[in-house]
Amino acid sequence: MATIEIDRLVKRYGQTTVVHGIDLSIRDGEFVVLVGPSGCGKSTTLRMIAGLEEISGGAIRIGGRIVNDLQPKDRNIAMVFQNYAIYPHMSVADNIAFGLYRSNLSKGEKRRRVEQVAETLGLSQLLERRPSALSGGQRQRVAIGRAMVRDPAAFLFDEPLSNLDAQLRTQMRIEIKRLHHRLGTTSVFVTHDQVEAMTMADRIVVMRDGRILQVGTPLELYDKPVDVFTARFIGSPTMNLLPASLRDGGADLSTGGSVRVPYSSATTSDILVGARPQDLVPTASDAQGLTVSGTVAVVETLGSETLVHVESAGQTVIGSIPGRQIPRIGEHLTLHAPAERLYYFDRITEKALAVQ
Amino acid sequence: MTSAASPQGLPMPRIRPGRIVAWTLLFIGGVIMVTPLLFMLSTSLKDASQVYDLRVIPEAPTLDNYIEILGDGRFTRWFFNSMIVAVIVTLSNVFFDSLVGYTLAKFRFRGRYIVFIAILSTLMIPTEMLVLPWYLMASQFGWLDSYWGIMFPGMMTAFGTFLMKQFFEGVPNDFLEAARIDGLNEFTIWWKIAMPLVTPALSALAIFTFLGNWTAFFWPLIVTTSADLYTLPVGLSSFAVEQSIQWEKIMTGASIATLPTLIIFLFLQRYIVRGVMLAGLKG
Repeated sequence: MATIEIDRLVKRYGQTTVVHGIDLSIRDGEFVVLVGPSGCGKSTTLRMIAGLEEISGGAIRIGGRIVNDLQPKDRNIAMVFQNYAIYPHMSVADNIAFGLYRSNLSKGEKRRRVEQVAETLGLSQLLERRPSALSGGQRQRVAIGRAMVRDPAAFLFDEPLSNLDAQLRTQMRIEIKRLHHRLGTTSVFVTHDQVEAMTMADRIVVMRDGRILQVGTPLELYDKPVDVFTARFIGSPTMNLLPASLRDGGADLSTGGSVRVPYSSATTSDILVGARPQDLVPTASDAQGLTVSGTVAVVETLGSETLVHVESAGQTVIGSIPGRQIPRIGEHLTLHAPAERLYYFDRITEKALAVQ
Repeated sequence: MTSAASPQGLPMPRIRPGRIVAWTLLFIGGVIMVTPLLFMLSTSLKDASQVYDLRVIPEAPTLDNYIEILGDGRFTRWFFNSMIVAVIVTLSNVFFDSLVGYTLAKFRFRGRYIVFIAILSTLMIPTEMLVLPWYLMASQFGWLDSYWGIMFPGMMTAFGTFLMKQFFEGVPNDFLEAARIDGLNEFTIWWKIAMPLVTPALSALAIFTFLGNWTAFFWPLIVTTSADLYTLPVGLSSFAVEQSIQWEKIMTGASIATLPTLIIFLFLQRYIVRGVMLAGLKG
């Protein structure tokens, strides 16, 4: 087990800089998820930690040791790839044992460790099979087994679940999380799926355009996004953002009505008022909160709740109705969100407004 | 639709005219290919007096030619020479072509493209043009009339390198990176991970190279002078010049010479059709 420290890390391809001097400190045993849209630099960062990409600037320390110039094999890390990368010409047992390629353990000890890992991952009955005879989930478990068998300082996961179907993905998510609890090994997990990030991470690192936007626990990111991008990226369905104009202590919404604004760090009077669909419900609870009235355009029935898309002054706002009260399309509906559940952003800088 | 009905009332399968043309062409092609082989086999079973009797099934089939040829020490020597040359050149091609192909496909280094184009450009030069430099080289290094003299021009080929490069490009980098993390060195990654993933290409390359060298005539004829070093095609041709043309002997020798190529093909063809590559990947 080890800490991972990233210090002003830069990656350039020719003239193009894809990672712009990021800093990140990962604690021993922590499960950190790098999340962001395609091309944000999350996989490149992970590959630099693994040693698969050269570093253009800055430093990476694993367990306190600078690893910038070390070969991947000398970093004592294990990696699980998106495409599993288990060798098709070898049996499951040989694939898992490959993780011990450089180990000096005896043959018998290697076999014992392979069996132990297979037992943990529910692969004991499949040890002699070839990868072609396995399902997607089983293949991914073999890949994890190969990573586990070596007892590495850190696990690196490069979108390992994105090739699995939805049900299997949920199952593997839980399995990886459970495994992390048992082993306590420092893990860095890359995904573009915010649900994976929210459900698995001790801390989430939101990245965009080669920069870290925010680092925090899932709830910190959900409750206190530092900018519009993080606010919209974290949480599903995505946060509603309504344009508004600041005036004394409050703001007038483009959809009509007004809200109280507790902060005033905006550079101009143009702001965005945010409300998560889960907080925007038909029950009026707070006179100072947000009220949106409009016509129901789309209804999404999820069973436990119903999402409603309401059109108001040319804008679509998503709200939720608990239980089974399903409104009709075209019906007039008023939704409310309490003042303490609202978010405020500067419309120009897209940064969250702060207390001054 | 004009589907005719059979007397039992079942619809007759409709045969498209394109299919008929295709089958006819394939049949003609098959006949053209098989006829010389049949005649070769047939002539090998005839004695000298029946050679110009063009019946496919000999009137009085005999195995005398086989007994004579296999009992002739020269023939077994030539067979052995061909085997040595074809096997060594094939192994060399499989090793070096794939090593260079892998390097060109998977490593980024300055001048990579120029090296590749330089290798490819040698494909444009006809063998006839190369024979003279080869001969001069063999002569200066003292390789004339030796096994090495027969083999050296084919130990590595541009075609093989090109073929292997194309196949290695299809090997996902994840496999190689996973192996790098597992602690393999670059040579072992190529040998243990990348090579098994391109078995179909290696089989194809092995078959082409073996066939090409087994049947090679022009260069071995030029470079060898002593009958002990003749390869099978060169040796068989000597049946046509020493006395009169002994067709039945040539055909018997050719029939025996066909066997190794058939065996090699039957042994390796299953590797060509087996797509092992994607089994370890998603899906």
